[in-house]
Amino acid sequence: MHQALTDLWYGFGVALEPHNLMWSFFGVLVGNLIGVLPGMGALSAISMLLPITYTMHPVPAFLMLAGIFYGSMYGGAIGAILLNLPSHPPHAVTCLDGYPMTRAGRGGAALGVTMIASFFAASFGITVMIFASPLLVNAALKFGPTEICSIMLLGLLAGGTMARGSPLKGIAMTVIGLLIGTVGTDVNSGVIRFSFGFPELTDRVELVALALGLFGAADFLRSVNRMKFIGNETKVRLRDMRPSRAELRQSFFPMLRGTLIGTLFGAMPGTGPTITTFIAYAFERKISKTPERFGHGAIEGVASPEAASHSKTQVDFIPTMSLGIPGDPVMALLLGALMVQGIAPGPQLITEHADLFWGLIASFWVGNVLLLILNVPLIGVWVKVLRVPYRLMFPCALFFIAVGVYSTNNSLFEVNEVLFFGIAGAIFMALEFPVAPVLLGYVLGPLVEENFRRALLLSRGNMGVFLERPISLTFVSLCALLIALQVFFAVRAAWAKRHARRTLAYPGTPARATLPGD
Amino acid sequence: MWALKSKRGRDYAGGMLMAAIGLAAAVQGSSYQLGTLERMGPGFFPTALGVILAAVGVAIAITARFTRYEGEIEVLAPEWRGWACIIGALVAFVVLGKYGGLLPATFAIVFISALGDRQNTFLGAVVLGLAAVVVAIVVFWWALQLQFPLFQWGGG
Repeated sequence: MHQALTDLWYGFGVALEPHNLMWSFFGVLVGNLIGVLPGMGALSAISMLLPITYTMHPVPAFLMLAGIFYGSMYGGAIGAILLNLPSHPPHAVTCLDGYPMTRAGRGGAALGVTMIASFFAASFGITVMIFASPLLVNAALKFGPTEICSIMLLGLLAGGTMARGSPLKGIAMTVIGLLIGTVGTDVNSGVIRFSFGFPELTDRVELVALALGLFGAADFLRSVNRMKFIGNETKVRLRDMRPSRAELRQSFFPMLRGTLIGTLFGAMPGTGPTITTFIAYAFERKISKTPERFGHGAIEGVASPEAASHSKTQVDFIPTMSLGIPGDPVMALLLGALMVQGIAPGPQLITEHADLFWGLIASFWVGNVLLLILNVPLIGVWVKVLRVPYRLMFPCALFFIAVGVYSTNNSLFEVNEVLFFGIAGAIFMALEFPVAPVLLGYVLGPLVEENFRRALLLSRGNMGVFLERPISLTFVSLCALLIALQVFFAVRAAWAKRHARRTLAYPGTPARATLPGD
Repeated sequence: MWALKSKRGRDYAGGMLMAAIGLAAAVQGSSYQLGTLERMGPGFFPTALGVILAAVGVAIAITARFTRYEGEIEVLAPEWRGWACIIGALVAFVVLGKYGGLLPATFAIVFISALGDRQNTFLGAVVLGLAAVVVAIVVFWWALQLQFPLFQWGGG
């Protein structure tokens, strides 16, 4: 406990160094700006700026990336509340009540509550992170290749099945990601795999090119000429942003509940932020005394999901940094950035790179304060940025993508990779496959393969080793449970459908709501 | 395009696509050395993944056969102009980047992709392209010192 506070103090020292503070500020500002733009989320914001960090010192680089991350999350909420534009899927649920509030003239208050809720939730998440990380590290030090392999299997399975839509499709996309991860030179034997004769592919597929292809180019291919823009004249002034006392009182407990839900889900690897916000919203509606207000501007429907997404984000950093298992695609991207810097994530990270770890934690607070300060004067600017039409935005974004990807290796080959993954991603999306698990698979692929090979080398080829070691057995059982649950839900849904068909005479059966994308 | 018209069609096509990719990966993967479980060769992991992917693909197609689909689905009309312009813009960036330099490539990628949107005018696309050229000079060439010559002839 005392040690954690000393470490935290040290972390603040790192985060407040002028150089680091500057990059943190830059990250928050740019992240916020990109997050506000329609169609751009945290993933595209981070991957566009990732190339800059390749030449930077790891600490400022990572502080900046983290700043982009929560900056863009907050920016996404602005678009959702003021224009009904979910530029980042987790905010889709914020639209439900945030936009009606805007139409009722309380959009500013909704933004204010979002700001308070996210700051509160982030602070809570950070606190959990400070005290849980060292505990997790102690446990993680007992992990050998067998355990790492099975926990990664759990993470991949959860990431694939808990995304939107069919779990089978999610798994297929995860495997595609794992396969993309095998492209290049095999570290154990030096054999070049899946290079198709391109010398550039003897190294790995470029992380930035994959991310920008799947989440940038593919998205433009899907949205061009299809993006319907609802324009309305919204003016938000500073004093509109102060929620009334009644609104604050109404949103306090939802905020608390949302924070707890987010924390719980953050600790579970593989659960995406979208599902978390939807669960927080559904829960809030369920326990509300006046559920009919939801969807018509209930402030609880804004406070709870926003708090959930922010606390989840913070808590997500725990498994990412201390175990090397990213909870969602954004974390996978950040993990990839760490590995590019030559830092191996894992239990030794906290001790070996104490400046990075504690500096990052402290910078979360610093960054969230910066975000608060920044948004007070800039809210008017963001509202103007929101008005940038898609037809002007996407060509410029495409240009930034191309130049950004070029700068990773100063080579045009990576731009071709963007094109390839862009087209592939658009096809997958058209066939209703979720593309986010691809990134998860790609980042974890080499780690899974290496640990799998090592585990079986140590056990002399005995596959049973995964069931013999207790920690590994726990993870494998959880995997089995996850699959069993999915099968159970699928069978139950099919049965319910058949049943509903038979009892069609009673039209009173409530329709199940479908969740939009992850 | 038939496959996109119904949910079942999408699942059939998706399942078959996955099975095909998985099969191809398994075949290609097994051309590297497989090794044994104890000492795995470079081909083991990719081959195993290919087999898993093919199996999942088949499972997707089979479950599509037995699923009852309900409700309307959104069928989006193909957007050939947008697709052609975005793909063309990226290709133009690569080609002109190699045989022209950063500035022609910049103008081309913004100009061509802007033409993909039906609401953009020719003149508007030109102006947007020129604006991007200014950004390229100021931000990438001057401020960030990107290693990409503004002009170059015949592939440096």
